[in-house]
Amino acid sequence: MKVLLYILIIFGISANLFSAERFISKNGHIWFYSKTPLEVIEAHNNQVASVIDPAKNAIAFNVIIKSFKFERALMEEHFNENYMESEKFPKSTFSGQFVGFDPANFKKDGKYNVSIEGNLTIHGVTKKIKQNGTIEVKGNQIIAKSKFNIKPEDYGIAIPALVRDKIAANMEINVDITYTLSN
Amino acid sequence: MKFFLIVILMFSPLVLFSQEDLLDLIDTLNTPQSEYTYATFKSTRIISSHSIETMKEGQLEFRVAHRFGRLNSGVDNFWGLDQSTTCLSLEYGLTDDIEIGLSRTPNEKTISGFTKLKILSQKSGASSFPLSIGYMGSIGVNSSKWNYPDRTDYFSSRLHFVNQLLFAKKINEDLSIQLSPTHVHYNLVKTALDDNNIFACGLGARYKLNSRISFNIEYFYVIRPEWNIKDNYKNPLSIGFDIETGGHVFQLMLSNSQGMIEKHYITDNTDSWSDGGIHFGFNISRVFTLY
Repeated sequence: MKVLLYILIIFGISANLFSAERFISKNGHIWFYSKTPLEVIEAHNNQVASVIDPAKNAIAFNVIIKSFKFERALMEEHFNENYMESEKFPKSTFSGQFVGFDPANFKKDGKYNVSIEGNLTIHGVTKKIKQNGTIEVKGNQIIAKSKFNIKPEDYGIAIPALVRDKIAANMEINVDITYTLSN
Repeated sequence: MKFFLIVILMFSPLVLFSQEDLLDLIDTLNTPQSEYTYATFKSTRIISSHSIETMKEGQLEFRVAHRFGRLNSGVDNFWGLDQSTTCLSLEYGLTDDIEIGLSRTPNEKTISGFTKLKILSQKSGASSFPLSIGYMGSIGVNSSKWNYPDRTDYFSSRLHFVNQLLFAKKINEDLSIQLSPTHVHYNLVKTALDDNNIFACGLGARYKLNSRISFNIEYFYVIRPEWNIKDNYKNPLSIGFDIETGGHVFQLMLSNSQGMIEKHYITDNTDSWSDGGIHFGFNISRVFTLY
């Protein structure tokens, strides 16, 4: 009986440890475009932190708003000060699940189309979203890519009528993140 | 019983481990960085005086400043609006921390050039610094017709110089303050008793009312000998609003000083709030990105 107990404990601990095996990235790349005939606005963030947890089939992102870099300093200031209010809302987060994806695939090399569902928080407003992307498993690495649109108004970001024509109604968000396995 | 307890304990980490933990975990992944403070002030001027802000590299600012006559000048002058004065200036960012500018103001038809440097910048995070420190230096030339018949019209007699240190701090998202010790040097003074060097200290603040409008205030204490104050020189106090609309910043103000460059609004001012010598004015700033 006692032996059985120890076996179970050891097995349980190792199972827990195993569940702590995650794919992480500290310098993922997220960028966005706003395209209108008057102005093209583009900003890149190369310091996105993200985790994929195969055991739970889950994924999470943490994006520091001030890390978005613009070509023009004035745009960056307006982005932080007038639109994203990055002092009040310093980061944007996403936490969600892979939908209809077999977690066993995280161990098999290959390219998979995936669908992710979860909560996206921007500018202090949380919305449930479902978006598609691809992940490519290469040994200890996963490369995740996605491209989708979001509307600033959905996240309580007001755009004054005066500049309405210069800022796209739909922002094109691109995600390109390389994860490495970490225990 | 004990057995079941252990089994439950064994699996509890899996149960407790919710999605929020993944977000908590991720928080620890973001590498700490130092962030430079942005938008301590919205414009390169608090109201009339220089703020710590400079044009960023490759940006050109075209400023139009208006100051009207005294509000107490009555209906005949439409409360000062008939006596409009206009200062035009071009200001350009050589680098993110060095700005040069050229302006022309109607008082004494002064043409002046200035350089503004941001020496240290306020930042927070991995390495932090509590305030921004800058310097503004300008040279002005009086280009009006020579009106001292008893004195020789040397070019040097037409010059004045300004040295100003700028200590600015963005205390929080809404409130910024600035201290501006100022030195104005006159190459030629009105009387033999007047000092060529006048020292003053400015205090300015900005309070954000919403993401596009802020309330600004600015005051200069000018150090003068007693007899000189009796000549009716007054310290300038200005209040105003910054209204931002994309590439423009509009600044509306009320001030007891009509001047638009340091020499005129700080050290040559004779109007006062108490007797209605108040001037309405505005600045319009338009920023162009050259490269």
